[in-house]
Amino acid sequence: MANQPKGAIVGLGVTKMGKIYGRRSVDFAADAIAMALDDAGLKKSDVDGLLINANIPGDMDPRAQMMLGFENLTLINVMNAYGSTMGSMMQYACMAIREGLATTVALVYADAPLTPTRGAGQSYSGPHRFPLGGMAGLKAHYGDFGANLGYAMAAQRHMHLYGTTSEQLGTIATGQRKWARMSPWAQMKAPMSMDDYYNSRYIAEPLRLFDCCLVSNGAVATIVTSAERARDLKQTPVNVLGYAQRAPGDNLDSSRHPAVETGARQAGDAAFKMAGIERKDIGTLQLYDCYTYTVLVSLEDYGFCAKGEGGPFVADGKLGPGGALPTNTGGGQLSGFYMWAFTPLAEAVVQARGTAGERQVERNDYVLVSGNGGILNFHSSLILSRHASG
Amino acid sequence: MSQAVAKPIPIPDEITAPFFDGARGGKLMLQHCTGCGKWSFPVRERCPHCFETKLEWRAASGRGTLYTFAIMHQVMNPGFASAVPYNVSQVDLEEGVRMISNVVGVENAALRVGMKLEAVFEDVGDNVSVPKFRVVAG
Repeated sequence: MANQPKGAIVGLGVTKMGKIYGRRSVDFAADAIAMALDDAGLKKSDVDGLLINANIPGDMDPRAQMMLGFENLTLINVMNAYGSTMGSMMQYACMAIREGLATTVALVYADAPLTPTRGAGQSYSGPHRFPLGGMAGLKAHYGDFGANLGYAMAAQRHMHLYGTTSEQLGTIATGQRKWARMSPWAQMKAPMSMDDYYNSRYIAEPLRLFDCCLVSNGAVATIVTSAERARDLKQTPVNVLGYAQRAPGDNLDSSRHPAVETGARQAGDAAFKMAGIERKDIGTLQLYDCYTYTVLVSLEDYGFCAKGEGGPFVADGKLGPGGALPTNTGGGQLSGFYMWAFTPLAEAVVQARGTAGERQVERNDYVLVSGNGGILNFHSSLILSRHASG
Repeated sequence: MSQAVAKPIPIPDEITAPFFDGARGGKLMLQHCTGCGKWSFPVRERCPHCFETKLEWRAASGRGTLYTFAIMHQVMNPGFASAVPYNVSQVDLEEGVRMISNVVGVENAALRVGMKLEAVFEDVGDNVSVPKFRVVAG
C-alpha cells in the first residue's frame, strides 16, 4: 500500500517583503495569516492550532495569539531550531492533526529587524553588551561575531579540500537572481552579472555580499490540515509526503567535519524513503540558501552530486532558469526574501500547485524543501506534492 | 579627539578561571576527562564524550594546525574598526579539539589551511591574557 500523506498545506500567505518600516512582526504575521486563510477559503475561527517560528529579535512569543485574536486553540507553541525550524513545525502540525489534537493549524514566520537607521548588516548583530564573561568574552575578543564568519570558514574548508571556487559560488548567486526577476515576491529585481558578483564587497572572505542572504521585514504563513479534508478545500492540496530532521552535533569537535558535511544526507534519505520516492523523482529543489555555499553543500549532501563535486556541478548553470535542476525558483533568500525556511516553503507550495506563473517548472510532481539552522548544525527536509503518494 | 575603542576584554568567571589563569602564565589549559581520556573545548562541566563529570584541567601542547579561517571585513563591534580585515581561525589542536582563535604575525593573504601553528599568549589588558596562534616555520 502506498504511503499516506502526513498532512496537507491548503493555504499560503506571503506579505510584501523588505524595507517596509514602522510595522511590528505581529502585524506582518496577521496579514500573512489573513492571506493564507483567504487562499484556503477558511475563516480565523476555523484555526485551532498556532505554531510560531521564533525569530532573532524574539518579538514573536506565545502572546501573539491574543494580538492575532485567536480563541480556544488546542495547540500553541513558539518553536526554534533556527533556520531548520519550519520542518519541525510541519512535523508537529501534521502529527498533532493525525493524533486528533488539532484540525487546522496556522504556521507563521514573521520578522521586522530592519529600521530606517539599521540595515541588514546590523540587524541581527546588536546591540552587544560588553564586556562579556568567560567563553563568550573570548569569542568577542577574537572578533567572532555573527553567522557570516562561520559560513565563510566552512566555505574556505570546502575550497581547500575540493578546489571549489568563487566563480562557482557566483554561478549560484547569478542564477538565483534570474529566478528572482520572475517572482512577484522578490526584493531584488536588478540583473546580476558575474562582474556584479565579483564587484560586491567582501563580507567575510571568501564570501562576498552577493553570497549572503537578504534581511527582510515581512511574514509568511501556511495553513495545514489533514489530507482528507484538504480535498474539499479551495486550492489544489499540497501534500506533505515525507519529513525528517538531522542534527549532526558539535562542529567544534574535530572528530567530525560538519563544515563540509551537513545533516542533509541523512534527513534527505529518511524523507525520500518516507515519501516513497527516489532522488530522481524530485523535479525542483527549494533549498535553504542563507549563503551560496549552503546551496552547494546541500546539493552534495542530498546526493544530487558526489561530495566535493558541488562546484563543477553548479558551474553550468543547471540551477537557473532553463537548467536541468531548477532550484530556488523564486530567487531564494539570496535574491527573493529572507524568512528562514518559510522562504523555500512558500516557493515550493506554488511550484507544487503549478501556479508559479512565468517561473513555473515543468517537472513539479515532487518538490524537495530544506531547512538549515545554526552554522550548518540543524537540518530539516520536506517532500511536497500535489500527488497523494510517491 | 575621539579615542580608539579597545577590543572587548573577556571577564574570567568561575568556570573559565583556570583557562584564563593558564593563559596569564603562558600555558594553554584545557579540560581533560579522567573518565574517557578525551579533551574538550569550549569549557563545560560535563564531558561531552562520556557524559561523566570527571573533567580536570591540564596543560595542552599548544601545537595545532589551521583547520579553516575567514577574513572578516565587517565591523560588528567598534573595537574592531581599525582591525579589519582580520582573520578568525579554527585551530585543530594535537589533543583532538578544535578552537576558535586568531593567527597573529602573518599577512591575511599568506594564511593557508593546514599550516602548523603554536599558541602564544597576549596580554589584552585588565590582567587578562588570551591564547592566539603563530605560524611555525617548516
